[in-house]
Amino acid sequence: MKVALFVPCYVDQFYPQVAIATLQLLAKLGVPATYPPAQTCCGQPLANSGCEHEALPIYQHFVATFKDYDYTVVPSGSCVYHVQKHFDKLDQTPDVQHVRATTIDLIDFITQVLGVQELPGTFPHKVGLHLSCHGQRGLHQANESELTPVRDGRLRRLLASLDGIELTELDRNDECCGFGGTFCVSEAAISGRMGHDRAHDHLRNGTEVLTGGDMSCLMHLQGIVRRQQLPMRVLHAAEILNSTLTTS
Amino acid sequence: MSYLTHAGRAEAFVLDHERTSWHDETLWFVRQKRDRAVYAVPEFQELRELASQIKNHTLSRLDHYLAQFEAAALANGVQVHWAADAAEHNDLVLRIVRQHGATRVVKSKSMLTEECHLNPHLLAHGIEVIDTDLGERIIQLRDEPPSHLVLPAIHLKKEDVGETFHRHLGTAQGLTDPQQLAEAARQHLRPKFLAGEVALTGVNFAIAETGSVVVCTNEGNADLGVSLAPVHIASMGIEKLLPRLQDLGVFTRLLARSATGQPVTTYTAHYTKPAPGREMHVIIVDNGRTQQLGRPDFRASLKCIRCGACMNTCPVYRRSGGHSYDFTVPGPIGSILSPNIDLKKHSTLPFASTLCGSCTDVCPVKIDIHTQLYKWRQIVAEANHLPTAKKLGLKFMGRLLASPAAFKLSGQLARRGLRLLPHALSHHPGANAWAIARELPEPPKQSFRDWYAQQPSPTA
Repeated sequence: MKVALFVPCYVDQFYPQVAIATLQLLAKLGVPATYPPAQTCCGQPLANSGCEHEALPIYQHFVATFKDYDYTVVPSGSCVYHVQKHFDKLDQTPDVQHVRATTIDLIDFITQVLGVQELPGTFPHKVGLHLSCHGQRGLHQANESELTPVRDGRLRRLLASLDGIELTELDRNDECCGFGGTFCVSEAAISGRMGHDRAHDHLRNGTEVLTGGDMSCLMHLQGIVRRQQLPMRVLHAAEILNSTLTTS
Repeated sequence: MSYLTHAGRAEAFVLDHERTSWHDETLWFVRQKRDRAVYAVPEFQELRELASQIKNHTLSRLDHYLAQFEAAALANGVQVHWAADAAEHNDLVLRIVRQHGATRVVKSKSMLTEECHLNPHLLAHGIEVIDTDLGERIIQLRDEPPSHLVLPAIHLKKEDVGETFHRHLGTAQGLTDPQQLAEAARQHLRPKFLAGEVALTGVNFAIAETGSVVVCTNEGNADLGVSLAPVHIASMGIEKLLPRLQDLGVFTRLLARSATGQPVTTYTAHYTKPAPGREMHVIIVDNGRTQQLGRPDFRASLKCIRCGACMNTCPVYRRSGGHSYDFTVPGPIGSILSPNIDLKKHSTLPFASTLCGSCTDVCPVKIDIHTQLYKWRQIVAEANHLPTAKKLGLKFMGRLLASPAAFKLSGQLARRGLRLLPHALSHHPGANAWAIARELPEPPKQSFRDWYAQQPSPTA
């Protein structure tokens, strides 16, 4: 199986440890992934701002970079959702169809492709899981409170399989954190308030480590946590899972 | 930030931290009531699908069903009128009122008449018009537009209502007890009902097969108004049609559960024909709906049954208030309806969303609201209604992100710049909107790309 790693632009620059953890976690699970250095971005920041047309060369570049891999694994559901849903604007050549079908979120790759539902390891902390909307509602990685009272999801199950972990029960299990891409600056006041409310739901319910599958939401929440000096660490789920898994 | 944008108006709302919390929690409470009602109906998702299909079908042959409705209504002795726009609608209402020499009109809840700005038109022509829905009456006294489809005065606390009633209805100063305030409104409205010469209502559903209109309320105010006044005028948008009476049950099961978490509205009244010696009029209004019907990407917005569930669930709406949208229908659904009416004026509304998708998942008729928000953004940008700086920045970003070398260089520059700049400068709220409420990430020494290149045997 030939697997590529796609690293979202802001992760590359600001959170290299998340990409390193993803690479190492995959290796421990028996999947050596490669990082094609020609990669840039999925184009979502432009398209969500209304400039889908200007994003087309980025889409084409993404397809050209990843067309020869069986899977392109991404530690971000949002980028994956964008490739799967919005690359419909390209001519649907076999390459485009292949890339749309095989670009996959890290947690989905572990649970759906590798079939790994639980992991050995110990993480004796109270962990608050932030469900990112594009992963949850877009990629259906977790149940939605709009449809069912049952709180369940792929990452939730993986985390729950660790020894010693306690998952935070939030007042609002799946409310958006307010990041929203360029929304975070174009609607800075509402974005900040939404992030405040999410962070304080975690604080109120005892979260020590705030995690999730999408670093963009976590970057926003971490910005709030650090500004308000809240007693919480923010880690991408790949960092937790990689730290607890010792051997392949 | 300009007060002409959603962001500007939202920023003003969110300044009052406690009040924003109260607004958010009040609407979240309604969302939770909705959840409990939805979870209790095992076939709820099937009902949504069925409702969506009925509406899609009806919109696909709207001309046929409109003609069928008109014929059936005429046969029932109802007078049917057609209005291409708000002005025609308002003139029709005024003409009917004048034909009867009437000066006193009572009106139950109708978002269409809000959309048409009927009240100012009638008042300007010497006609008294009293909104009889409690929430609508409160905001009418305050001369404010509704801030929500179903809960028009949800932006007001009971203290605000007490203050309003003290000023306009002469209740005791400082009265905040909801029951006493509601009783004061009853006493105030009762003589208005009795004096009403023409009763206006909205329409929740119009049945093509029977020619009847269905009005859903919790207060019974529509029924009281219509029962007392000799003339009934029902105003409806062309999209309110359902083909058959048997289709209605799907929608009455969905409407109240989605709106307020009730199993059904307290009153569901069917108006089919005028009582002997009385008149019933139905005004069928287009006002931009045909244009929206002609947009394949946005046609589904006409399926809306005005339940307000998308507002209650929207994390932006709950924290920015209905007035921040500056459109008759606020919230997510308003943000996909308003650009059809005036793209330039409402150009910031499709951006007043994180595209979280919760609106789409609560919508009882399965309107793909967040997808339509995304599509309106493309149209706003194509029409050059993006702020210039944003547009230029995005064009630059587009070229950058298609080039690996430029991408790599710019990332390095940004990260190094951030490492070198003093905190006060990099986090200046005037220059960096991110930093108003948040710290920037701490820039690492090395990007992942650089780390990877240094690994012993990179296989790429």
